[in-house]
Amino acid sequence: MNPADVGQRPWRRLPVLLSLVLTLLMAVAVPAWAGEAAPASEDPALEKRVMAIAAELRCLVCQNQTIADSHAELAIDLRNQVRDMLRKGQSQEEIVAYMTARYGDFVLYRPPLKESTAMLWFGPALLLIGGVVGLVVVLRRRARLPDDSFEPDELDLTEEASAPRSARPAP
Amino acid sequence: MKSLKFLLPLGLFVVLALFLGAGLKLNPREVPSPLIGKPAPEFKLALLHEPERTVSRQDLLGKVWILNVWASWCVACREEHPDWVAFARANNSVLIYGLNYKDKRPDGLGWLQRLGNPYQASLYDLDGRLGIDFGVYGVPETFVIDRQGVIRYKHIGPVTAEVLRDKIAPLVKSLQT
Repeated sequence: MNPADVGQRPWRRLPVLLSLVLTLLMAVAVPAWAGEAAPASEDPALEKRVMAIAAELRCLVCQNQTIADSHAELAIDLRNQVRDMLRKGQSQEEIVAYMTARYGDFVLYRPPLKESTAMLWFGPALLLIGGVVGLVVVLRRRARLPDDSFEPDELDLTEEASAPRSARPAP
Repeated sequence: MKSLKFLLPLGLFVVLALFLGAGLKLNPREVPSPLIGKPAPEFKLALLHEPERTVSRQDLLGKVWILNVWASWCVACREEHPDWVAFARANNSVLIYGLNYKDKRPDGLGWLQRLGNPYQASLYDLDGRLGIDFGVYGVPETFVIDRQGVIRYKHIGPVTAEVLRDKIAPLVKSLQT
């Protein structure tokens, strides 16, 4: 087929193009499938429970990930541990207690409420209340001040200031 | 009073800077172990050198011992290893056990042969189960365990000659007497 021929009948290229696009799409899609963690057991219900518990536990190797997200070896081991314990019929509380006994409260993505974590739980609220109280106090005090304790509005000033800027020659 | 008000933002800044500065000094990798002061976990593991022999927690009761978690694939272990070899040579009376963590047996054996073996023996923890029981999350880690089998000290990451000399050696000595 000579090129002029194709130019006259562009639809002839369509199957080639289509198969090319499909090939490219597959090339992209297959690794994406492969990258998703293969469930280690055939039981999807169990796997779901494993992941639900793993999502509550911090991976200590990569500390901003849960052991459900992490690909670190330790995270994989701990997921296996969670799976084994679930298979033995242990409850979520027992598994979480097992992990905290070994790694401390730090493994919990939701820190428990106790003395050492009180600041963590109440600090933000205290800051917010403090800020609001401060704001109200300042605003009230200002509202009580007579007019002459404020500087006059700077309307005139800004008009003057903007005048030379608009008069600036165009580049 | 009113004249000092302009210092308020500066004061706030200083407080904030102090907090952030203190935060910078904290090492997020050093998670305090809940196991300190608690009994060491139960174990019974085969030895790296003699697969047919096992050592358990009970075997070591009545002795003060150090557990050093290591692996041939662990770069930081190589870093601390010369210090352990020197420490073992200088302190004959101190029992140092290794925990060969998730390693291949020939790799672990070869590593010790090349770099020297400071350990009384190394426990062989292929699947890392004992590592989990000890709350190990980064190799190397070092534990000091007293006569009653209670964990008294934990060091995360490579030890230095200073840590061995200033912390671990005095602690072991005080536990032994």
